Amino acid sequence: MIRLDSIERVFHVGNENVHALNNVSLKINQGEYISIMGPSGSGKSSLLNIIGLLDRPNKGFYILDDVNTTDLGDEQQALVRRHKIGFVFQFFHLVPRLTASENIELPLILAGMKPEERKERVKSALENFRLTDRAKHRPDQLSGGQRQRVAIARATIMEPRVVLADEPTGNLDRASGKEVIEILEKLNKKGIILILVTHDPDIGNRAVRKISMVDGKILNDTLALESSK
Amino acid sequence: MRAEDILNFSIRASTGYKFRTFLILIAIAIGVASVVVLTSLGEGARQYVTSQFSSLGTNLLIVLPGRSETTGGPPPLLGETPRDLTIDDVVALNRSSVIRLISPITVGSAPVSWKQLEREVIIVGSTSELYEVRHLSMSLGRFLPSGDHRRGEALCVLGNKVKKELFANQSPLGEWVRIGDRRFRVTGVLAKKGQSLGFDMSDVVIIPVASAQSLFNTASLFRVLVQASSREAIPRAREAILKTIRERHDGEDDITIITQDAILSTFDRILNTLTLTVAGIAAISLAVAGILIMNVMLIAVSQRTTEIGLIKALGATRRQIMRLFLAEAIILSITGAFLGLIIAFTGVLLLAKIFPDFPVLIPSWAVAIAVGVSLLTGLVFGVFPARRAAKLDPVQALSRR
Repeated sequence: MIRLDSIERVFHVGNENVHALNNVSLKINQGEYISIMGPSGSGKSSLLNIIGLLDRPNKGFYILDDVNTTDLGDEQQALVRRHKIGFVFQFFHLVPRLTASENIELPLILAGMKPEERKERVKSALENFRLTDRAKHRPDQLSGGQRQRVAIARATIMEPRVVLADEPTGNLDRASGKEVIEILEKLNKKGIILILVTHDPDIGNRAVRKISMVDGKILNDTLALESSK
Repeated sequence: MRAEDILNFSIRASTGYKFRTFLILIAIAIGVASVVVLTSLGEGARQYVTSQFSSLGTNLLIVLPGRSETTGGPPPLLGETPRDLTIDDVVALNRSSVIRLISPITVGSAPVSWKQLEREVIIVGSTSELYEVRHLSMSLGRFLPSGDHRRGEALCVLGNKVKKELFANQSPLGEWVRIGDRRFRVTGVLAKKGQSLGFDMSDVVIIPVASAQSLFNTASLFRVLVQASSREAIPRAREAILKTIRERHDGEDDITIITQDAILSTFDRILNTLTLTVAGIAAISLAVAGILIMNVMLIAVSQRTTEIGLIKALGATRRQIMRLFLAEAIILSITGAFLGLIIAFTGVLLLAKIFPDFPVLIPSWAVAIAVGVSLLTGLVFGVFPARRAAKLDPVQALSRR
């Protein structure tokens, strides 16, 4: 469960203060499928970074699974990221010198898991994402769709509670974009919270709950609409 | 994170950027190699000098006429001239139990001729004991016979070079050569022996000390070489010599005694300092290599900004990122040090081939220091880039492609 309570994030640009997030409150239940849409600069990526614990709010609370993460130190936040949050990026962010299976293995290595156990998990992840025959390939030998599949496998290998996807299809053609979205939706069906940031209304509209943002504020939240009906 | 995973990750990272890794390795290797080679040259010089001194003889004391130090007290009313050292002094010294061998030396220069050939040669007047005191060896015949120091026999021993120039390939044994205005019969030829302290023993003619004294018309000795009965006996021998000569010279300490150990330890000190200085200079090149490590690691951090952002997003703590980059710096410096040692050992091996007379030896402490210092530089200069990596803001790091 995620609860954001009057979150503010202010950036200093020159002499001006830019409110990337302006008094944002949000409650997300386990297993929700949410899309966040809005023009660029509306604060959707900032919101995602706050939820992903990559950034700290200037004001407000963020409670993840009954833990107030704003109270946590850097090291503890890193541990929360490691175990509860998975990231999928527009530019994949695979380590170029590592093979597909080594990229997937990376979170397990950071967690200090034993090599035998790692091997097992990576093997089943490769099978789940139909990457077994690509295991020994480096990112530059993979297609865009394959790369994003490797990235999703990496994001989910630690069995997180939340998967945060920032424009996951932004660098893919229609077909592989659709495939990636379907994979993410399948993960969501298993109970993982899926939060999707996108420009693309076709993709955004697939989500159960659609949030649109403008100028650092939530303009529209379909869940809120339903409850107010 | 497990230690072997840190190691593996860092090795993969450094092999991923071959050119920069290559540059760092070269810098460290040169630093380490220069420390090791230069110290081994210094150490070689020290050993060279030491061996030269010990070729002078063992447990040696050198007695010189005249006093080189003042002891204070009122200045003498009458001018005081040191008394000469004489053969009688030598005979008196010979009675001491701590003295094993004693050999008086008179030195002069005189023309030596055989048939039509003539050369000006340094003439050393001495006794049979010189043979043992100076560790001489013969290539032909025998050395001067032992006997009364005061009897000047007409015998001589030729240095190797003198023999070659006067007799070429003929045997000089039993031949009569003219030295100054006297004739001497050749009993032996010295074996070829390198220079020792600038005194070329192959370019001399040795004759009995009494003969030399009458040849040069002098009663005094140039110096007296004394071999103590053991190393421990050297101080006692020194005392005994001083006492005996004082008694014989009307209570005056008018001689100077140089012990070989004193000279040796002085040179040892000087050359040790020299070695350390040279090593210090070489260590600067290691420090330079360290700065290069820092530079290249900083470049690595900015090259891999997105990677660092990514592993932060995957749950790497600051400490883990610190460790990853430090491990990389240390792996680079260890590998560099290892390469440097290989270069140093081949270099020293080559030097030994080119200059077989000069003892070049790699002292183990130099190896230890070179490796230690390179490790330390890797660690010290790796900390700053590693901290910078750990402090990177993941949002900004990931916003780059």
